[in-house]
Amino acid sequence: MFFDLYNYWIVFVLMMIGLYMVINQSNLIKKLIGLNIFQTSVFIFYISVGKVNGGSAPIFSSTETLYSNPLPHVLILTAIVVGIATMALALALVVRIKKAYGTVEDSELQEKDPKC
Amino acid sequence: MLDHLPILQVIVPLLAAPACLLLNKPRISWLFACFAAVISLLISAALLNQVQHSGVISYMLGGWEAPWGIEYRIDLLSAYVLLIVSAIGTIVLLAANTGIRNEIDEDKQSLFYVLYLLCMAGLLGIVATGDIFNVFVFLEISSLATYALVAFGRDRRALLTAYQYLIVGTIGATFLLMGIGLLYSLTGTLNMQDIANRLPLVSETSTAYTAFVFMIVGVALKLALFPLHLWLPNTYTYAPSIVTAFLAATATKVAIYLLIRLHFSIFGDDFGGGVIQTVFIALGLLSVFVASTVAIKQPNIKRLFAYSSVAQIGYMIIGIGIGTSLGLQGTLLHLFNHALMKGALFLALAAVVYRIGSTDRACFNGLAKHMPWTMAAVVIAGLSLIGVPLTVGFISKWYLVLASLQSGLWPVALLIVIGSLLAVYYVWTLVESAYFGKADPSLNSASSPPIKEAPLGLLIPLWILVLANVYFGIDTRLPLEASAQAANMLMGAGQ
Amino acid sequence: MTAIAIARTTDLFAAVMLSGIYGLVSASFFVALDAVDVAFTEAAVGAGIFPLLMLVVLGVTGRYEKTALKPQKAALMKKVAVVITMVITGGLLILGTMDMPAFGDPEAPAQQHVNIRYIEQSPEEIGIPNMVTSVLASYRGYDTLGEVLVIFTAAMGVLALFSSQLFVTRKLSVKIKKDDMHDHNVLRIVSKILIPLILLFAFYVQFHGEYGPGGGFQAGVIFAAGIILYTMLYGLDKARQVIKPGVLRVLCALGVFIYGCTGVVSMLSGGNFLDYSVLASDPIIGQHLGILVIELGVGITIAAGMILIFFAFSHQAESQLGEE
Repeated sequence: MFFDLYNYWIVFVLMMIGLYMVINQSNLIKKLIGLNIFQTSVFIFYISVGKVNGGSAPIFSSTETLYSNPLPHVLILTAIVVGIATMALALALVVRIKKAYGTVEDSELQEKDPKC
Repeated sequence: MLDHLPILQVIVPLLAAPACLLLNKPRISWLFACFAAVISLLISAALLNQVQHSGVISYMLGGWEAPWGIEYRIDLLSAYVLLIVSAIGTIVLLAANTGIRNEIDEDKQSLFYVLYLLCMAGLLGIVATGDIFNVFVFLEISSLATYALVAFGRDRRALLTAYQYLIVGTIGATFLLMGIGLLYSLTGTLNMQDIANRLPLVSETSTAYTAFVFMIVGVALKLALFPLHLWLPNTYTYAPSIVTAFLAATATKVAIYLLIRLHFSIFGDDFGGGVIQTVFIALGLLSVFVASTVAIKQPNIKRLFAYSSVAQIGYMIIGIGIGTSLGLQGTLLHLFNHALMKGALFLALAAVVYRIGSTDRACFNGLAKHMPWTMAAVVIAGLSLIGVPLTVGFISKWYLVLASLQSGLWPVALLIVIGSLLAVYYVWTLVESAYFGKADPSLNSASSPPIKEAPLGLLIPLWILVLANVYFGIDTRLPLEASAQAANMLMGAGQ
Repeated sequence: MTAIAIARTTDLFAAVMLSGIYGLVSASFFVALDAVDVAFTEAAVGAGIFPLLMLVVLGVTGRYEKTALKPQKAALMKKVAVVITMVITGGLLILGTMDMPAFGDPEAPAQQHVNIRYIEQSPEEIGIPNMVTSVLASYRGYDTLGEVLVIFTAAMGVLALFSSQLFVTRKLSVKIKKDDMHDHNVLRIVSKILIPLILLFAFYVQFHGEYGPGGGFQAGVIFAAGIILYTMLYGLDKARQVIKPGVLRVLCALGVFIYGCTGVVSMLSGGNFLDYSVLASDPIIGQHLGILVIELGVGITIAAGMILIFFAFSHQAESQLGEE
């Protein structure tokens, strides 16, 4: 019973590491790497949902009858694109922040503009 | 062509955006963007009309029927929200040409319109779709556009705010994605209608509850529901004023829509027993009080109204929490009304920023003398915000109070009224300083040319919104009818 | 796990490298779970584009993270709060999965409902063997349009954030970095052979997506990676002479148009938006045609968008370094 679900649990461990990094890291870039891990963990979750024991990759061939579910794959392709788009924008913001403040450490930014 | 209205609603601004990029001249881009926005406004009006007469419209994208392909599904609720978003989007866009002139570099203005259209199309897409994963995709389009729009702000803090908003927004979206994944693993489908049909079979599983919690938390982050509201005041304060007007009047509304959609249409209103209702009411009341109290002390007027937005969102959540048809109608009315009044208020602030360059409380001293029209607009919209009779704000609060009394929740009704008194206080202090305050002489001499009234490019859209505030406060048929029908439909669907 | 290592290290350069490895590991994980298309993409993005962008940014922001100097009480409280949140969320998730269908169970609802049609009928209805491509481009083609627009939005956002000097062709002013490259003859020669191959491979992936893993998105990313490699080796100025940013901007919008107009054309021919079956007399040929065209649109926008984003970054990086 427990082993049936172990794959999902890996996902959650990754997810928590990602979330921890996002909230607790002071460096803006590290936060982003954490966010990336956080997102990827959800991708793995979807793909795990789509897996069928004994199935093969969902490309039609005359020798196979059992395939894994193609739908989660499609969704995750989209989600990966969304993820990299978000990262690109976030990194652009980081570069601008560095230029405007001279630092990318959250704690130092707080000191310079306490209201944020 | 009439059959294709649902998709045209979204696709017109969506494809107008790259076209805008190719034009690459700020003025032409603006005209073109306005043109596209007006078209989408007309479409949304036609859609509402169509839905009211002939019921739900379902449109199969790619010609594949519902659970396999993506469905666009326009019912009364979505038609109503589509109209709000496209109307406000259009009016604010009309003001944009003047509004951003002082806040954004000339060579970036084209990009501003591109992003604005994308953001608007994304919001419309969220409302129009009947497919839950499609919601996520369009949510990201609008969010990414929003982050970039916020970062246009002059102040360097706009960058930091945009970054924080991006982090919070992405976490919210990922939570939503996780919830969608859990739902999919339970039901094997992504179509909202289909999920709603299949969910009762598995609604007792803990997976369904987890999915629900994840999706609600994800949406609540976007919604700035207390205590997840921390990103909102900064974002609204440092974004360019036009962007603030647009976001305040539309983005949170769409998030409320999403919450209603999830709660009533997908999970059904009795999901989770009464617990969720109680939580919503409690959080709603908390955000009304905490945000209103914080608002009173704000030295920056833009930030003041940002906190007031959080409070208004609280009212809408209370309506959802009451969970009766009347309560829901109150929420939907407030959705409409809040879009009108916050749109007007932030546009007025945009006019102030245009002339003075700041929204500090001190700048407002004696401002009514120099900018009578703008300040009159602030007064009327402020009255509406408080909920004075003959303005739109009155009607929605009236319905909320009525709904809570009807459900026997008289303390809630009382608290709503007290919450409005807080609004009286913060609006009054502003009005007082604008009309009776003495202008700081040092400020006046620094800006050597005397402060003039805002240009017509801003005033006209502003007054359209202000007059709408009054008009719909007196002639209440349109929003009342539409929201009553929508609320009844939702409650009917839940049974 | 790599993830933990990333969380611990303070060397950002190492963190980026590790996250590249993380991308590669998750890609192989996807292969193990039969998701070849996804694996392909994750490898290209997670281990390709993302670390590359990160590196450029690190060039601007500095390599080392500053360790927190003052582990105050407030920080400790925050940590405790974070851990509590995490435990709650994680606990909820584990609770949530207790009722989930077992991993790999072919009887699970996810495998039963909508999925069956995709698997059993898509080869006949769409006429191409790769089911992922069928679902992506036809059944859920509208999501893919959304995805293209997300990249478009991001590219626009990045352009909005950075200076518009990128589009002004500039006299070769930054020469400092150029000279470094002359020492790396091996790199230059290898890359000269490699880059055309990468670009060629991109075209192969583009048009092979119907039969094997691949398609517009993967092709776009690979193409972009080829150009980015070129940029890194020869400098931005030279790359900008090869591909003008202004052209890229047009291309980026053009891809969206190709996709959108396919939808509009199918609407005009009497079908619904993005209904390819009406594009030709035979629905299957119509589907083929539609998928081919929109994949092209996807490829163009993705490639142009990615290159544009990268150009914007390295332009910003160069000008910022020039100032200092």
